[in-house]
Amino acid sequence: MGVVGTLFALLYLGVDRKLVAHMQARVGPPIVQPLRDIRKLLMKESIIPDGSLGWLFRAAPILCLVGSAILLLYIPIFGQKALFEEFGDAIVLLYLLVIPSLAFVVAGFASSSPYATVGAQREMVIMMSYEFPLAMTIVAIGWRTSYVAGANPFALSTIAENPIWHIVGPAGVVGTLMLLFVLLLVTPGEVGKIPFDVAEAETEIAGGLLVEYSGRNLALFYIASAIRAFAMSALIVALFFPYNLSSVIGTGVSALAIVVNGLFFLVKVFVVMFVCIMLIRAAMARFKIDQASKFYVLAMSLVSLIGLILIRLDTMI
Amino acid sequence: MAMDETKTRYTIPVGPIHPALKEPVRLDLTIDGEEVVDVDVVVGQVHRGIEWLGMNRNNPIQNIYIAERVCGICNICHPFAYVMAVEQAAGITPPERAEYIRVIIAEMERIHSHLLWAGVAAHEIGFDSVFYLVWRVREEIMDLVEYVTGNRVTKAMFQIGGVRRDITEEQFPRIRQSMDYYKSIFDQLKTVFLDDRTIRMRTRNVGILKTEDALKLLAVGPTGRASGVPKDVRQDQPYGGYADLDIKAITPDMLTGIVVGDVYDRIIVRLLEVKQAVEIIERCLDEMPSGPLLFEQKTAKLLNMLTKAEGEGIGRAEAPRGEVVHYVRLEAGRETLSTWKIRAPTYVNLISIPVILKGGQIADVPIAFASIDPCMSCTNRAIVVKSKTTNASPLSYRELHELSVEKTKRLVA
Repeated sequence: MGVVGTLFALLYLGVDRKLVAHMQARVGPPIVQPLRDIRKLLMKESIIPDGSLGWLFRAAPILCLVGSAILLLYIPIFGQKALFEEFGDAIVLLYLLVIPSLAFVVAGFASSSPYATVGAQREMVIMMSYEFPLAMTIVAIGWRTSYVAGANPFALSTIAENPIWHIVGPAGVVGTLMLLFVLLLVTPGEVGKIPFDVAEAETEIAGGLLVEYSGRNLALFYIASAIRAFAMSALIVALFFPYNLSSVIGTGVSALAIVVNGLFFLVKVFVVMFVCIMLIRAAMARFKIDQASKFYVLAMSLVSLIGLILIRLDTMI
Repeated sequence: MAMDETKTRYTIPVGPIHPALKEPVRLDLTIDGEEVVDVDVVVGQVHRGIEWLGMNRNNPIQNIYIAERVCGICNICHPFAYVMAVEQAAGITPPERAEYIRVIIAEMERIHSHLLWAGVAAHEIGFDSVFYLVWRVREEIMDLVEYVTGNRVTKAMFQIGGVRRDITEEQFPRIRQSMDYYKSIFDQLKTVFLDDRTIRMRTRNVGILKTEDALKLLAVGPTGRASGVPKDVRQDQPYGGYADLDIKAITPDMLTGIVVGDVYDRIIVRLLEVKQAVEIIERCLDEMPSGPLLFEQKTAKLLNMLTKAEGEGIGRAEAPRGEVVHYVRLEAGRETLSTWKIRAPTYVNLISIPVILKGGQIADVPIAFASIDPCMSCTNRAIVVKSKTTNASPLSYRELHELSVEKTKRLVA
């Protein structure tokens, strides 16, 4: 499951680059380009800078890849239950999502480069900024689900069985829409895409966090980034659109159902990625760190708070 | 302010090779967290010895070739100023038609340079979509330049005493077609750059150069005009065909009513100058006089005349980046130039960089630096390498001043 997820994550990255290129009136690279990029990176020399903390420098990419890959085991992908369903729910995911970002930060500080240090500082600031709206969204949904299925409200399978849209009234629908909006905008920050790629700003700090990385280490970070984008989109799908097509078209439990569910999942993830990553990437300039941080801490927190309040009000009506 | 001493400041070098810079220059930024506290500009990374070649190896006509190659984008304004300097020194007057053609290609270069800059500025703030869009628009002017001069970048139009190629009546419709295209797309460009919220977030109140500072630091070109200093060589001392046209220096208060002197204002000035350039070209096409193209057709005769000429000349042109000055001195009987000094606009604008960058964030450095439209290829400085100890040290202002006073004494004696 993890390997298939990784493969699709890389293909979706390829699709992202191709579509954004078309939005910019270019042709863009072929969809399998990320696979070629990884093959190229693996063939190159992994340079360890002299002043860096060698063991940490080498450990960070592995930590990042493991952290991202683990996400795929806890999030229901391809319409199936997550592999480690019993061991972790949305709260665990909240913590797991921090690990890849933390690995990036550690990598930045472990490289002995002022550019990397600045990038790592920025990444820390952004991480702290978007944690609040992210946590607010997950808590809101879990809390609302607890009214219906008290047993394990934060488990993603419970949320999947009781889609949030079905259990809220009109005020709650507005609230949920706001939460969806927040989560869609947290994703580019989480994944490090424009307008929130301050940590890796190419033109400002020459690649920021990852400036000293090359070869195999960089390949691991590359794969990890792709998986994170895929995993975040899968999380949004799991929280807000956990529907399965097979139950709608009534194929029952069979191999066909698995295939249909898998394809439908891919379509849903594609739509989410298109909205929150591709469109936004092509349409905006990069924010500065204070602008990005203010956006999350002030604007997005406010919106998610209002969403939570609306969902609460909904239970009282 | 004493409490800042406990915070560690460190120095980040931006350059000479850096994704933010299109040409090699080194900015040593002293930063305090994310804020830029001090800037040291180290130039001279692209020194190619052009003036030495002009004075020791080439004759004045060959110098046009290397004057063009001072910079790829400034491919017209450098030979323009150089040729005017030589013409002044030798007492040559180019024919009227040549003057008009020179104006047309100079304005075409200005359109191209400003569009290129606009794309690069968008890329610096991470807005790649606008970068691709603007450079696609730029393709039209490149095609036009290729149609008129035969090449997209190095145009080879200048000759001492006139121009080398004609812009014939058959070529006029194609030029007008391009100008119509630019007129039609101008509003869209204005909307993309000036009404976009993210661009405004990154450029408004960023990299401010106040009017007093611009006057004190002698900022030229769009950098100075965006700070409200209405200086333009085409307006103040019209040269060539510009004497027939009434050019007015463009300042941002023509569009917004106020002058802030930030990056946003510089975008305004450059966009409006594109529009002005289109209008100038159309006017020149309408009023193009007929006549010869060159003062002296035969190159050997021209060279002979220049070898016998004696005198000094100063050519000032308004490059897309500001005022470019070429000083030329001819000596009778000497085939090469006696003296050649190029003062490119970026050389002057670089002095404003510490003022522009100080107090801003690191994230502002690329766009603020790019907003003066730096063309490092036009800039150089002297570094003395003491060969015994292989110690490279830049000459201080005092040393340079003493050296130049000595040289003037040698020249005058």
